[in-house]
Amino acid sequence: MYAYDQYDRQIISQRVAQYRDQTERYLAGKITEEQFLPLRLQNGLYVQRLAPMLRIAVPYGTLNSQQLRKLAFITREYDKGYAHISTRQNVQLNWPKLEEVPDILEHLAEVEMHSIQTSGNCIRNVTADQFSGVAADEVEDARPWCEIIRQWSTFHPEFAFLPRKFKIAVCGSEQDRAAVLVHDIGVQIVKDDNGNTAFKVIVGGGLGRTPVIGSVIHEALPPRHLLSYLEAIVRVYNQLGRRDNKFKARIKILVRAMGADAFKAKVEEEWAFIKDGNLDLPDEEIARAQSFFTRPDYEALENEDLQALALENVDFARWLNHNVHAHKQRGYAIATLSLKTTGVAPGDITAEQFEAVADLAEEFGFGEIRSTHQQNLVLPDIQQRQLFALWQKLVSLELASPTVGTMNDIICCPGGDFCSLANAKSIPIAEAIQRRFDDLDYLYDLGDIELNISGCMNACGHHHIGNIGILGVDKKGQEFYQVSLGGQQGLNASLGKILGPSFAQDEIPDVVEKILNCYLEKRHPEERFIDTYERIGLAPFKERVYA
Amino acid sequence: MPKIIKNGQVVDDNWQVWRDAETLPSADHVIVPLALWQQQRDALLALGEIAVYLASDESPKSLSDEDLSTLSFVAVDFPKFMDGRGFSYARELREQRRYQGEIRAVGDFIRDQLFYMKRCGFSSYALPSDELEAALASLNDFSESYQSSVDQPLPLFRRRQA
Repeated sequence: MYAYDQYDRQIISQRVAQYRDQTERYLAGKITEEQFLPLRLQNGLYVQRLAPMLRIAVPYGTLNSQQLRKLAFITREYDKGYAHISTRQNVQLNWPKLEEVPDILEHLAEVEMHSIQTSGNCIRNVTADQFSGVAADEVEDARPWCEIIRQWSTFHPEFAFLPRKFKIAVCGSEQDRAAVLVHDIGVQIVKDDNGNTAFKVIVGGGLGRTPVIGSVIHEALPPRHLLSYLEAIVRVYNQLGRRDNKFKARIKILVRAMGADAFKAKVEEEWAFIKDGNLDLPDEEIARAQSFFTRPDYEALENEDLQALALENVDFARWLNHNVHAHKQRGYAIATLSLKTTGVAPGDITAEQFEAVADLAEEFGFGEIRSTHQQNLVLPDIQQRQLFALWQKLVSLELASPTVGTMNDIICCPGGDFCSLANAKSIPIAEAIQRRFDDLDYLYDLGDIELNISGCMNACGHHHIGNIGILGVDKKGQEFYQVSLGGQQGLNASLGKILGPSFAQDEIPDVVEKILNCYLEKRHPEERFIDTYERIGLAPFKERVYA
Repeated sequence: MPKIIKNGQVVDDNWQVWRDAETLPSADHVIVPLALWQQQRDALLALGEIAVYLASDESPKSLSDEDLSTLSFVAVDFPKFMDGRGFSYARELREQRRYQGEIRAVGDFIRDQLFYMKRCGFSSYALPSDELEAALASLNDFSESYQSSVDQPLPLFRRRQA
């Protein structure tokens, strides 16, 4: 994991002082509301329906035990003892006081954390595959590249007042777990014929009210050009992106209006000035970044046969099947800790759970934890022979819901219970669905289905790329829900199609059940929901639901 | 006399922004719209010292090298402080056009942007007079930065010492 040196520490501590001064000037009436808005947003502070919300950055979803303990302390001291993992792998506090935020930042700085650029019209926290560095299907570890991008984008002087927010994701594995096709910039690590690393650069993807799959503008960018190429893209966007209409200000609108080829030509023109200049990444810097993400001290182990244990204990077997993923190191596994226990808002975690996970990461792993865009946590380095012991502890912590990858592993934004942008609540919808479909055998029989819920078209709950997407809409002051089908994430990303007229809140579990029944009747053996949908189309589902 | 921040200090300044693109001003020391400069160049120079401001949708590419050497300085206008196009324009003037003269920020911007502005190549800032002394502090919010920019062309990764 990256460790700060004196430069990073100085920048973060000066940031705390800067933000403290800005907050004090605001409270003293020396900065207007309008002027303070982007300053607090670039520090992750929203003013929400009931209280401010502070979004703490978790760069590319990587955390350590010490940081988790600090988060636990902060949620107790400055909030209500729990926090929320967001779909950008960040940690959100729901009830901090505006005037105490500088103190929170000071605590965070002690463990090399901050809330820089987690909101606002700037380059946001860079995200990555949560299994970076440990995934069995990995081409190359994304984290060193993410750290290089993190430093370049942190307080970038030219790009703090972009037309709109700007999100970058990096994926280093064959299976895309970072949603690179639906980001402002997606970077996919590839290998050329000689085994050299290169980047496929995708621009102009995005969700929100105009969902778009991004366009590839470079098939194989040599690594040393990473920052100059990114800088050229953002410079073109900063100058040409629309500023007259906030709903048309994202880069996807610009790329679509110009055409990907014309956009690429502009980028290349700008790039010509800075290519091979100071932004060129020297081999030593790449090696330095990679030196923080070396393989931990794995023991030489054989793979374990856990079948006997699984046969004896069906609950463990379920967890093993659904919450454990293949590790690149023999004898090890990746364990996902579910934050989707029914009755708890998806992605919420208590102070006690933070501390317990910190302990488990040290007891069973190397003190490292990941947060995922599916709003779960991951322990990346677990010895297979210790999986059973880990599972037992997770059960008592209510972190072992064996539903990862099932329909009940719902991605869900905070919605109308917290968010002032929301048109409708989303957490009660998630809970109603989880309660209706609580039979695990039924869920497993359904197979891989992603169900995503957003409380408004800003799409924080990624409803467009859910196999089943649910969107809260406002109909004459009433909360209604629009259902779409056929979205998916990954390298075959596609956007869902709207099923038809929207539904009242209490109708949703029935609607979902009708959709599932239609799938169960029509599917071929072993066919996933998304594949059945692609084979038979929307019409049969529509007939069933609106019959 | 009105004051501005220039080269890190509060100094007297008698330049005025002239926003009328149709009519000539009556005296010099005015910062005029690009369109007026392009149409009335000789008449303006006859007045004396003239500067031009770039509106937020006017790229420095509209200024010729001769413009840059004739004008007393170039200003970049911020119609709203959230409009960040001017940050790119200042860098382009310095890094691509090698412009060495004064680049002044005018219009609606706030002191909390000064550090970034300085890094992008601005050298003077027309803020309200009563804010200037306090605003000086914002020029130095950070003593170190990661990126390559005008004030420090070498990114931190080329300067870092273990």
